[in-house]
Amino acid sequence: MRLFLAALAILVFAPCVELQAAELRGTGDLGIVIERASGSLQVIDVTARRALGRVEGLGDLSHASAVFSPDQRYAFVFGRDGGLSKVDLLSRKLVKRVMQAGNSIGGAISDDGRLIAVSNYKPGGVRVFDSETLAPVADIPARYGDSGARSKTVGLVDAPGRRFIFTLYDAGEIWVADFSNGGGPAITKFAGIGDLPYDALITGDGRHYIAGLFGEDGLAHIDLWAAEPRVERILDGYGRGEEKLPVYKMPHLEGWARAGDRLMLPAVGRHEVLAVDADSFQEVGRIAVHGQPIFAVARPDGRQVWVNFAHPLNDTVQVIDVPSQEVVHSFKPGPAVLHLEFTPRGHEVWISVRDSDKVEVYDTRSFEKIAELPMAKPSGIFFTARAHRIGL
Amino acid sequence: MEPVRLLTLSLAGLVVLAGMPAYAGEVPPERAAALSYLVRQDCGSCHGMTLRGGLGRPLVPEALEGAGADALAEVILDGIPGTPMPPWRGQLSEDEALWIARALKEGRIE
Repeated sequence: MRLFLAALAILVFAPCVELQAAELRGTGDLGIVIERASGSLQVIDVTARRALGRVEGLGDLSHASAVFSPDQRYAFVFGRDGGLSKVDLLSRKLVKRVMQAGNSIGGAISDDGRLIAVSNYKPGGVRVFDSETLAPVADIPARYGDSGARSKTVGLVDAPGRRFIFTLYDAGEIWVADFSNGGGPAITKFAGIGDLPYDALITGDGRHYIAGLFGEDGLAHIDLWAAEPRVERILDGYGRGEEKLPVYKMPHLEGWARAGDRLMLPAVGRHEVLAVDADSFQEVGRIAVHGQPIFAVARPDGRQVWVNFAHPLNDTVQVIDVPSQEVVHSFKPGPAVLHLEFTPRGHEVWISVRDSDKVEVYDTRSFEKIAELPMAKPSGIFFTARAHRIGL
Repeated sequence: MEPVRLLTLSLAGLVVLAGMPAYAGEVPPERAAALSYLVRQDCGSCHGMTLRGGLGRPLVPEALEGAGADALAEVILDGIPGTPMPPWRGQLSEDEALWIARALKEGRIE
């Protein structure tokens, strides 16, 4: 009889236990890969190096990026078409989606995880939403000059103190929107930062905001820790008036660009990565590379920087050894290497290769390829570890 | 080939060329498919994969109504100095640029 009861208990409860085990899992080693042409993404298990499933219906993801909720369960995906989508990584469901503008370029999440900000080209400005409901919280039109025209906004990041910082492409201004009072934002504007700022980054400590300038050889820098923050030009004239090479794709500054005591930045119109001292912001070297760099991403330990390139040289990835500032490895995953993302401690790197419809995983020490995952026209790769990093 | 005949043929060629536009804007079908892909994927970096614009202006037919195909082809080949629009000469032939310009205006980019 007891045996029978035990057997019955197992029959009744075992499926529940199994179900629970399937549902209970951490999200700290999950991630997403954007499938840019089909408006979908794949949820990935980074440890197992496999895809868990696809989420569809995210609109135009031809230039898409994502941030994660502090609990690493939800991804907020910013589409090109102005769509803001909230995706549950566990159920792999699209939880909520709003069309908040006509044309967008990326977004950020506040330090407390409660606000989602989106950078818009059309209408130019930043809109802010509640991360729980995606209900609108604030609208910040990027008006400038006497005409009140609206500028495209780029380089939107979060900064400590419930702030968002972004750059006005057409106006050459940097704005800081401070939401620390709980109500509408207090906005501080920095004008005259330079010509055609195309993207920006904030260092991982939340101290330095740096905007790249397409129209000039130099970058605009703000030290947010200063008593009275102001814009300073750094690397002024790094091209020294030389003719620029054609730039077939704008470099991206956002990323883990700090490597040890250096910032490694893609030059514009030059086949070089610039090494900048992270304290003095003086140039300390430049590394000749294969083409116009798009992403120059530091391995999380800062020992290496991996670089991909613009069309038509986008079949190649190069690895720079930071201490020696030399290219120590070059390889060709194939045409259209669009993005790369390191595991949080840097032992592996995932690389999207659009034209061969796959993501490749490499060991960052041996440079051996360890896995390939089929994906449809993959672009951005985002791991949930970003949830706990300022500026990502 | 005899020199005289070669000269005659060359002259005939020149006469034919003189009566035509500088370039025809025609490309083989497989090249057309590759160009469509290039426009969507690579021009799309700035102009949007749907060509509705991004950092660069929209390239849908309505947005290009005011521009002639020849002028657009020139922009593609030589870029617009002082803006991020790069010159594609060297990457694209004149025929290819004109094919892209016409295809954009007619909404024929696949």
